[in-house]
Amino acid sequence: MFESKAGVLFVAGIVFFGFAFLSNAVVPVLMYEDLPEQTVDELINGQLRYQFEDLAERYPEPFVKAFGKPPANASEEELTKWWNERCGDALRRGKEIYVGEGCWHCHSQFVRPVSNEERRWGPVAKTEEYQNELQRPVMFGTRRVGPDLSREGGRRSNDWHAVHFHDPQSLLKGTPMPRYPWLFDGSPDKPNKDGLALITYVQWLGSWLESYPLYEDYEASDLKDVELTPATEETDE
Amino acid sequence: MAPIAKVKGPMYVTLWYFMAAFIWTFLTYAMGNFMPEYFVTGISAGAVGGLFIHDLVGLFVTPLGWGLMYYFVPILLKKPIWSHGLSLVGFWGLAFFYPLNGIHHFLYTPIPMFLQYGAIISTIAVELVVTTVVINFFATLWGSGSQVKTNLPIRWFYTGMVLYFLTCLQCAMQTTLTFQKLIHFTDWVVGHAHLVMFGVFSMWLFGIMTHLIPRIWRVDWYSRNLCEWHYWLSTVGVVVMATDLILAGLFQGYSWAALQPWDASIDLSMPFWAIRIVAGLVMFAGFIVFAYNLFKTWQLVPRASLQTAAPAQG
Repeated sequence: MFESKAGVLFVAGIVFFGFAFLSNAVVPVLMYEDLPEQTVDELINGQLRYQFEDLAERYPEPFVKAFGKPPANASEEELTKWWNERCGDALRRGKEIYVGEGCWHCHSQFVRPVSNEERRWGPVAKTEEYQNELQRPVMFGTRRVGPDLSREGGRRSNDWHAVHFHDPQSLLKGTPMPRYPWLFDGSPDKPNKDGLALITYVQWLGSWLESYPLYEDYEASDLKDVELTPATEETDE
Repeated sequence: MAPIAKVKGPMYVTLWYFMAAFIWTFLTYAMGNFMPEYFVTGISAGAVGGLFIHDLVGLFVTPLGWGLMYYFVPILLKKPIWSHGLSLVGFWGLAFFYPLNGIHHFLYTPIPMFLQYGAIISTIAVELVVTTVVINFFATLWGSGSQVKTNLPIRWFYTGMVLYFLTCLQCAMQTTLTFQKLIHFTDWVVGHAHLVMFGVFSMWLFGIMTHLIPRIWRVDWYSRNLCEWHYWLSTVGVVVMATDLILAGLFQGYSWAALQPWDASIDLSMPFWAIRIVAGLVMFAGFIVFAYNLFKTWQLVPRASLQTAAPAQG
């Protein structure tokens, strides 16, 4: 059996592969069966809507060009529906841009429970955060040249993101992040539809958390309360 | 497939690896391309993605590479593989343990912890299996050690095997949670990947080409010296690059864990990235030398023999 065609093809080729597939892929699938995948419409929340409407205010012309105008004389309900639909479109498109521009080559989307990551980024990643349409494929990432982005939403303003995507060097000296001028019509105050969508997507990341927006911990160190002993007296002797 | 279909009874080691690889590659491709796209989502898709990226190396590239080694090494050394028993252990060990490793790419994710432990244990098991394979090949070389100096393809092969053992040893360590804490998301992993894909499998292919091309064209290499340059540029380049990136990963990991500002980890990486560029250019120079040598050798091929070799194109 160990050197025959049947052994190699069926036992090694199919049975062993199948065993690994069952234990490593089917088991987690069954475990999370009761955790349904959320659609984009279910993901829209107040924080995100605030950021999205903020984009409309800051960049009125590019926004209208990309997403149109909210209907005049519409009821509150219709308006909400209009905004939510546009917001959902922006999220879907933003995720496509995020994947297509290779953002995930340098940015992860998962906070580990080790290496002080909770202090730096915010709450540790949970299973349910990934059970949604925008995590197809899942955006864990494999390398961090830049920071983790899973708690990025709300940390910085839409303006900051626009300028940063247009020319990262202008905000962060020495950053290895490339420029993305094709997300704009010439200048950072004119993001095109792709640019607006990507900003929406980045502002969405972490917007579902209670701790949103999460700022890094700036608490002063205890060290400065330690009284400095004058060392000069001893050395004078 | 016709010759394989005709074979009766036991087959040679190379065929085990190749036949299994053909099945595995097909299954891996189907799993990785369709499952996360259409059937599963989120964390489970992450588990499938881990299996996919791991199986591409473990079940597609690795068995083809070892299959080629089991074919070419005995031919070049003119003696059989040292132990058939160890060949069996190597193949069946790889076949069983390698597919179970996938989740070790996503340790500390919300993927269930018992699955992560399983992947870690299987990964360490693979290292033990790899050791038996490497022992088998070095025992085969035993007594013909001088071939490494004089026989260039053999030198390519065995350099690749030394690096293979090192990268698997590294893998057995870095897959543990202790190491992961520090080196995940850093350049350490990038160094590891270069060591495997260039330092092992590319090297084996270069060795095979160095061996086969004069036989196919029926002329000697234009310059044996350039073949040596190809070897040394590639070897020095990849070893420097891997060492540099592995070190860079340690510094990055400590910088992050110490909660230094993010820019600090970029600043400290810059010298490492500068060395990386130089090492990469050295490897690339090896390619250029090889391509030039290949072209000059092709020019030496008598025109008539080219025409008889490919009458259909005439």
